[in-house]
Amino acid sequence: MRKEVIRHMRAFRIFVRSIRDAFKSVFRNFSLSFASIMCTTITLILVSVALICAVNIENATKSIEDELNIVVYLAKDVTEEEINNIESDIKSQKNVEEVTFKSKAEWKMEMSEYDDTFETVLNYLDENPLMDSLIVKVKEVKHLIDTAEYIKTISKVDTVKYGEGMVDTLVSAFDIVEKVVVVVVIALVIVTAFLISNTIKLTIFSRRSAIEIMRLVGASNTTIKLPFIIEGFIIGIIGAIIPICITIYGYVILYSTLNGHFFSNMIVLIKPYNFVFWVSLVLVVIGAIVGMLGSLKAVRKYLKI
Amino acid sequence: MKFIELKNVNKIYKNGVTALADVSVEIDKGEFVFVIGLTASGKSTFIKMLYREEKPTKGTVMVGGLNVGKLRNGRVFKLRRKIGIVFQDFKLLPKLTVFENVAFALECVGLKDKEIRPKVLNALERVGLKDKVRSFPGELSGGEQQRVCIARAIVNEPKLLVCDEPTGNLDPDTSKEIMKVIEGINRDLGTTIIMATHDRDIVNRMKKRVLLIDHGVLAGDYAKGSYKTHEGV
Repeated sequence: MRKEVIRHMRAFRIFVRSIRDAFKSVFRNFSLSFASIMCTTITLILVSVALICAVNIENATKSIEDELNIVVYLAKDVTEEEINNIESDIKSQKNVEEVTFKSKAEWKMEMSEYDDTFETVLNYLDENPLMDSLIVKVKEVKHLIDTAEYIKTISKVDTVKYGEGMVDTLVSAFDIVEKVVVVVVIALVIVTAFLISNTIKLTIFSRRSAIEIMRLVGASNTTIKLPFIIEGFIIGIIGAIIPICITIYGYVILYSTLNGHFFSNMIVLIKPYNFVFWVSLVLVVIGAIVGMLGSLKAVRKYLKI
Repeated sequence: MKFIELKNVNKIYKNGVTALADVSVEIDKGEFVFVIGLTASGKSTFIKMLYREEKPTKGTVMVGGLNVGKLRNGRVFKLRRKIGIVFQDFKLLPKLTVFENVAFALECVGLKDKEIRPKVLNALERVGLKDKVRSFPGELSGGEQQRVCIARAIVNEPKLLVCDEPTGNLDPDTSKEIMKVIEGINRDLGTTIIMATHDRDIVNRMKKRVLLIDHGVLAGDYAKGSYKTHEGV
């Protein structure tokens, strides 16, 4: 029991000393640390830009997708029971999220409100010429066409509308953009890790005799690694400061100059608060993790015999 | 079991050079042993094997109950904490003071600052450098630097002190002083000492057990005082 306590105390002291040593060496080898910090800064700025793009595209895709519905016009002679049957048939489809019924009376109301001419014409006719309809919301726009095609085959369905053509291109365009952005973000993170690991390797190269001596006097590998990992952590966090400032100020200014939307009203930008803080948090985390992994990778090389 | 046991140890380097061939030797606790031989005879490999800077290709090396050859890379520190090592080139950290250099060995183990201070001062007193505590290695002479290295090696109170040509870079008078320090450690603390050297004067004068390594083979094992220069190298 006592032995356990002593061991924990020792591990704790080693940890505290590692933090002290890490801070010391960041500032003692400042020119080299500066190189690592700059390289983190530059890549994190790129990551930030890519991240903001990605999240905004994702957001825009979602809001556009939300507005994409299938409108199913039912045949004139459809009975209430048949409507229920059709509705439950559509609901049983995997891709269908919601089905709402919109009667011809509702259509008439809506159209009348929209334009006086419609109102006059519709009122002139004895019978409502419009059709009852079901509005189908799908889960995934990718499969919207398949769902629409299926609905067409149900009896008593007159016509199915879903903005053919426009949906196709929009969906595939968003898909491609999203994939590209994800790839770019991942690539940037990997590149950052490599760059940091290389610059830290330079710092470590100048301290390899210290590592060798530590090994010879009986420091465990963890004890040797710890200060370097903490150093990478510090470098990552310092390197994230400028990108965070750019993210916060840049996005707020961008948002207010563009009035909250991009080119058309269709693509709405995400509101800057709390979004910028989330992005900042992600940047700090990426910086810290990549810094630690980079220096871990670099120091490992010197821990083999 | 003896303190140090080498059984049929072979070492063949990757480039095909055989450094040691079938070396078997036993060393007791508290012994003082010289390892001598020409350059490239394999004595450095022999010494490095003891603190696992090299692994045997074949055979077993046991030090204080640890099978050195089987020790995983991450566990080497367990062995190193039992051994003090003195180098020909001192291996001191130039940016640390004498005190810090010696304390370094204890900090790595995780001792309290309060515990470290008396131990370091004690070790420095033993090597006669108590008044140079605040100096940097660059301000010291070769002999003094070597004494710092010895202080660092013994500060952890190891059972074994491995010395790889500790006097190789020093003039004869300084060498004598260093040998006095090392002999004192052996006598007063009972530390086992294994020392590689090619300094015949020291070997002849000290009259200790001598292992002669020639072309990777243990060519002679001379008991205390029985070794005469003309017999061997």
